[in-house]
Amino acid sequence: MNPAATVTRGTGENTVVGDDARVPIGLTVNGRVRTMTVEPRTTLLDALRDELGLTGTKKACDRGECGACTVHVDGRRLLSCMTLAAMQDGKQITTIEGLERDGNLHAIQAAFIEHDGFQCGFCTPGQIMSAVAMIEEAKADWPSAATTDVGRPFTIAELSAAEIRERMSGNLCRCACYPNIVDAVAEAAARS
Amino acid sequence: MHPFLLASANDAATAIAAHAADPDLAYIAGGTDLIGLMKDRAALPKRLLDINTLPDMARIEALPDGGLRIGALARMSDVAAHPDVRRRFPVIAEALLFAASGQLRNMASMGGNIMQRTRCAYFRDEDDLPCNKRRPGSGCSALHGLNRNHAIFGWSEACVATNPSDVAVALAALDATVAVRGLAGERTIPFTGFYRLPGETPERDNVLGRGDLIVSIEVPAGAEGRASHYLKIRDRQSYEFAVVSAAAAVAVDGRRIRSARLALGGVAHKPWRLTAAEVALRSASLGDIEALKSALATSFTDARPLAHNAFKVELAQRVALRALQAAGARA
Repeated sequence: MNPAATVTRGTGENTVVGDDARVPIGLTVNGRVRTMTVEPRTTLLDALRDELGLTGTKKACDRGECGACTVHVDGRRLLSCMTLAAMQDGKQITTIEGLERDGNLHAIQAAFIEHDGFQCGFCTPGQIMSAVAMIEEAKADWPSAATTDVGRPFTIAELSAAEIRERMSGNLCRCACYPNIVDAVAEAAARS
Repeated sequence: MHPFLLASANDAATAIAAHAADPDLAYIAGGTDLIGLMKDRAALPKRLLDINTLPDMARIEALPDGGLRIGALARMSDVAAHPDVRRRFPVIAEALLFAASGQLRNMASMGGNIMQRTRCAYFRDEDDLPCNKRRPGSGCSALHGLNRNHAIFGWSEACVATNPSDVAVALAALDATVAVRGLAGERTIPFTGFYRLPGETPERDNVLGRGDLIVSIEVPAGAEGRASHYLKIRDRQSYEFAVVSAAAAVAVDGRRIRSARLALGGVAHKPWRLTAAEVALRSASLGDIEALKSALATSFTDARPLAHNAFKVELAQRVALRALQAAGARA
């Protein structure tokens, strides 16, 4: 663990990841392999914004309280402000910039426009990234705190407004566009 | 955040040796608590050891006898969604689902969850206010400060903080155990003995020492598991820590309670088992509200509320009653 240690593999030693100045990492971001060096303390959020210029992912509370920095890592939604970039080395990252296909918006992006699911727009990338993964969680039989009987299998048909509100509660909207966000997510979920 | 070194663990023995030898090293798994603490300068490790690379520690196993073994690196969301957890111990799934947000549950490990530190605002304050948990000997700002969210049981003049984990409350009620590996080998710690009361050394949340690594959590089979429920009261309906919560599990003969297990969250430095009430509830009818209330009251004779949280004494009894009734409805 001394700063000058070389990277070693195998048992008997912990693998030192770079030194205290910079760590070499590789992330597959929106399908493209991106290599960079970061400080160990660099969050995934700061790496995306400052190293790769992907400023669609927003930095708001920087404490895991607001959801504005939500991205997907290996298909799961998580908070990029609360994880270190170096701990995500080798992972597949999807950000809001990676949702569109051939110039066409993702169904949830389109639904947010259709239902006017935002005002200032600052929380919107996080809301949309969260909603995309949340619908997959619901399809995969994941219950929520709004589910009356967790012992029963959950089906996407049970994804009520109350379920959507609970499952999206990690994304705050300071403009309070919640009713329209719920409508947008409900429509996208019903069509998916 | 302050600068630090990062390494990743290749095997448990080496990780444990590094942790035992280095007081400035911290394990990191999901990071959802530790990174917040580091941002608030309430934890300042010089070296982090990423243990996500350790093999075979993320499994969730339904044991043949009806129990459950949960690997320390299993994520909260995977445990909450696991069909056997949901069927055998709904109180565990519910406690997990009522905690944090979907994003955080995908990140946070079970071992990290039970290691999370108090949400006492003085402990986490960026301005480093007096706090014996953060800086031993500096005093307790909450004792005569804003203590609405603090303990009503088991506190000391040195610390009135509460433990924030929801699932720890469920695990304490179910008499789960924590499998820990250290320099001297592996040992099993009953959940009810895992956490400490603050006493004169509130900087220690639990009985673990340097080098100790949580390997798994085991939940024993029991007639009460299926008929269980977690009820959490918060200042807002979702994505918030408990004001008061209760985990209840019951076994019944008809409507009569054969055995009840109850633990409260948000009231003490550790999940608070209602041992006296559990005894008093035996043979009580689930339909006899007055009998249930009297039985629960036996666990509140030693409640010591602070200036701003006297309401918790009444609230906690109501929450325990409702959790017990909801658990009973599943019997």
